[in-house]
Amino acid sequence: MSEVASTNVVDVHAAKIKVFKLQDGIFHQITLLFAFIVLAALAGILISLAIEAAPVFKQFGASFLWTNVWNVPEDQYGALAAIYGTVVTSIIALLIAVPVSFGIALFLTETCPTWLRRPLGTAIELLAGVPSIIYGIWGLFVFAPLFSAHIQPYLQAAFGDVPVIGGWFAGPPIGVGILTAGIVLSLMVIPFVASVMRDVFETVPPQLKESAYGVGCTTWEVVTSIVLPYTRVGVIGGIMLGLGRALGETMAVTFVIGNANRIVGSLFAPGTSIASTLANEFGEADPGLHIASLFALGLVLFIITFIVLAISQWLIKRGVAKQGK
Amino acid sequence: MNLYSRRVFVNRMGIALSMVAMAFGLAALMWILWTLFYNGFSALSWDFFTQDTPAPGTEGGGLRNAIVGSLMIIGVTTLVSTPIGILAGIYLAEFGATSKFAATTRFVTDIMLSAPSIVIGLFVYALMVATLGGFSGWAGSVALSLIAIPVVVRTTENMLLLVPSALREAAFAVGAPRWQVSLKITLRAVKAGVVTGILLAIARVTGETAPLLFTALNNQFFSADMSQPMGNLPVVIFQFAMSPYDNWVSLAWGGALLIALLVLSINIGARILFRSKDKL
Repeated sequence: MSEVASTNVVDVHAAKIKVFKLQDGIFHQITLLFAFIVLAALAGILISLAIEAAPVFKQFGASFLWTNVWNVPEDQYGALAAIYGTVVTSIIALLIAVPVSFGIALFLTETCPTWLRRPLGTAIELLAGVPSIIYGIWGLFVFAPLFSAHIQPYLQAAFGDVPVIGGWFAGPPIGVGILTAGIVLSLMVIPFVASVMRDVFETVPPQLKESAYGVGCTTWEVVTSIVLPYTRVGVIGGIMLGLGRALGETMAVTFVIGNANRIVGSLFAPGTSIASTLANEFGEADPGLHIASLFALGLVLFIITFIVLAISQWLIKRGVAKQGK
Repeated sequence: MNLYSRRVFVNRMGIALSMVAMAFGLAALMWILWTLFYNGFSALSWDFFTQDTPAPGTEGGGLRNAIVGSLMIIGVTTLVSTPIGILAGIYLAEFGATSKFAATTRFVTDIMLSAPSIVIGLFVYALMVATLGGFSGWAGSVALSLIAIPVVVRTTENMLLLVPSALREAAFAVGAPRWQVSLKITLRAVKAGVVTGILLAIARVTGETAPLLFTALNNQFFSADMSQPMGNLPVVIFQFAMSPYDNWVSLAWGGALLIALLVLSINIGARILFRSKDKL
């Protein structure tokens, strides 16, 4: 007690502030370090994939990207079939998912009774939380058999003789294939795209919509001429987010794409995607060119999705930032 | 058809199609859940939880090793990703309002939220499995952590930004140092939101299969040793569903149901927790 009493009060406080300052500095640095870890992880992914994939590009050069060969016994590898499958399944997924998501977002923001909005919105968000392996197992055991028995024959009968398009529906209707993978994938990305669309639709100032209603517009006209032009940027961002998801999805695709590393014109034919090739072959890959080729596929996938997702984030942010104006 | 009735017709068609879209989305959810319950429930039994995964061609069996493995891997993931995620989130919210570094980190985290999880598996394979000599539960946890951390970071930051600055300023005014304000005032004020973020991260990684394929691999036998390959539900479901054995397929459905129930209940629990706090 006596020491405390003899010390000047100001000194005690000054000492305390010094300690606080030191602690604050340490705290700042620690949180900075952890933020840095997050950033370093991304750089680490890019660098390690590039290092592991290097032998492939040394051996085949950039032509790895557009060569259509995947021959494990002879150590000849090209990424074209996997890239083709990835891109085509994602395009099919978006062709289905975008109009459906737009409908869902329109319904949730414009026509849905208020008391139903929350439960229905939650249901769509829960759909987004269902693990992709569940979509995969459902696609393989439930959807694919149904698709081959009841839908593929009709598609063949309806479009089989049409020039150009007919070729898409050629071949035996075996259920699994590129088209099935695209459809299952579309179910997976609908919740993501629909949630973003709903969120950006809600940023439209009510005055704008009310003015349109006031001059006699119908709901459809308000949505197509006011809401969509206003939220265009955010909507495209949402679609790009769905695309990013679809490109990188593994399990939902691996179960139903058929896993054949080749390019066939028909959408009914089995194919492969980058992610499903990795899932199927990586575990048993031989060291050397085979495993390096798989790393190269991973690198290609990562770069493509990174670009798509970066554009999507930029657009979504611009779309939502309008809220304040 | 005159202009007016055409406009009314187009409007009705648009509204009707949007309802069809909504019904389509709900029907897909119902259909998937229904088949899951239908096929999954018959697989659930006492053996399902007490026996290990069966060898090829043998009858019966359960998923005990996979369930325990999954719980351990996810447990470690939670322990690793929670502090990293929260501290990085605090940095972004409290110190990173204007810095370029924080903006970059924020951007990268947003991309990592949707990055292909199989690539993260490849990364951890190159980082840990290839160098440390083999597949292990630890590697699985690291891969899942890389997926969970961005979720925790972003929810923590978003929650902290909701704290009114008056609360911070009041604490500063009575002389509290910055770290105490962060940890004892603002973080505590948004506790429910941060816990929600952690729960969502757990829900997210529970069903992740792709990053575990080349990291934790799988183990047919019971093992609680994290430095060895470890059985886990998603990979077992993947392997068993693709197999020709009926009992394996049935176990895969049971496992899928278990995971779906877990993920949905965590998701719903997180929502309830967040909403009850929301009203205060």
